Amino acid sequence: MKVLKFFLIIILFLPISSLDAEEYEKRNKITKNLRCLICQGQSIYDSDSEFANSLKILVDKKLSEGLSEDQIYEYFKSKYGEWILYDPGLNKNTYILWLLPLLIFLVGGAIIYKSFIVKK
Amino acid sequence: MINKILPYSVIIIFVIIFFIFYKSLEDSKIYTPDTYSKKDLPVFNTKDFFSGENVKSSSIFELDKIYLLNIWSSWCVPCRQEHSLLMNLSSDNKLNVIGMNYKDNLKNAQNFLKELGNPYKEIFIDLDGTTAIEWGAYGVPESFLIINNEIVKKYIGPLNQKLIDEINLLIE
Repeated sequence: MKVLKFFLIIILFLPISSLDAEEYEKRNKITKNLRCLICQGQSIYDSDSEFANSLKILVDKKLSEGLSEDQIYEYFKSKYGEWILYDPGLNKNTYILWLLPLLIFLVGGAIIYKSFIVKK
Repeated sequence: MINKILPYSVIIIFVIIFFIFYKSLEDSKIYTPDTYSKKDLPVFNTKDFFSGENVKSSSIFELDKIYLLNIWSSWCVPCRQEHSLLMNLSSDNKLNVIGMNYKDNLKNAQNFLKELGNPYKEIFIDLDGTTAIEWGAYGVPESFLIINNEIVKKYIGPLNQKLIDEINLLIE
């Protein structure tokens, strides 16, 4: 009976602890992708300012409310704008950033194709 | 045909890129928060400063009234500077000055008001700073002008006479 109880306790604790770890990873990932707006150059994860600490508390709160990562980003974006995200999405201010490498790659490819492959 | 298009398109692309980069050289590299766009009031639960009772945000801000929400703290030095201006503003019946006590010790905050006067019609507490984030605030001091349950303007940092004049113009 004792052995059974022991195993029951272990089984009960196992999923909870792994869930905690998952949550912790997720929290770290989110706070690393949020910019500390009053200590520029640092993420929320790195910073220990008043602002960053409050943001960390709020990220925890939102996670416990069951919000997904994207929903949390969306929430902070609605409060502070795109600037708070280190990984901005595609919009009218950032499209050049996303499309330029592709464009350069295509043009470069065309030049290489023309001058090396077609000539042969 | 391709022989002709390619050099031209390369030149055109480089000219476009040059202009984009040249134009962005003139942009400010310092992050400037958006203080003008109108925003709806956030919904939150908080505690009253004096009674300690739970308050809902909807019961603080009424439609058809003009509010100035001021985030303050007893440990914040610039808050002391702007306090006399807030005292002047509070004498205006048109404008309701509301305080948000940010990450403060209750006793210190009470002493602060005793020493410098209380310009606030109502004060609520933000102990962990999360309510300030609901407002999109950066720290203390910060003020929000609210007309018809809409944030019309945000003032980051201490208020000065020039900004007070602007507020008076906006609420006329």
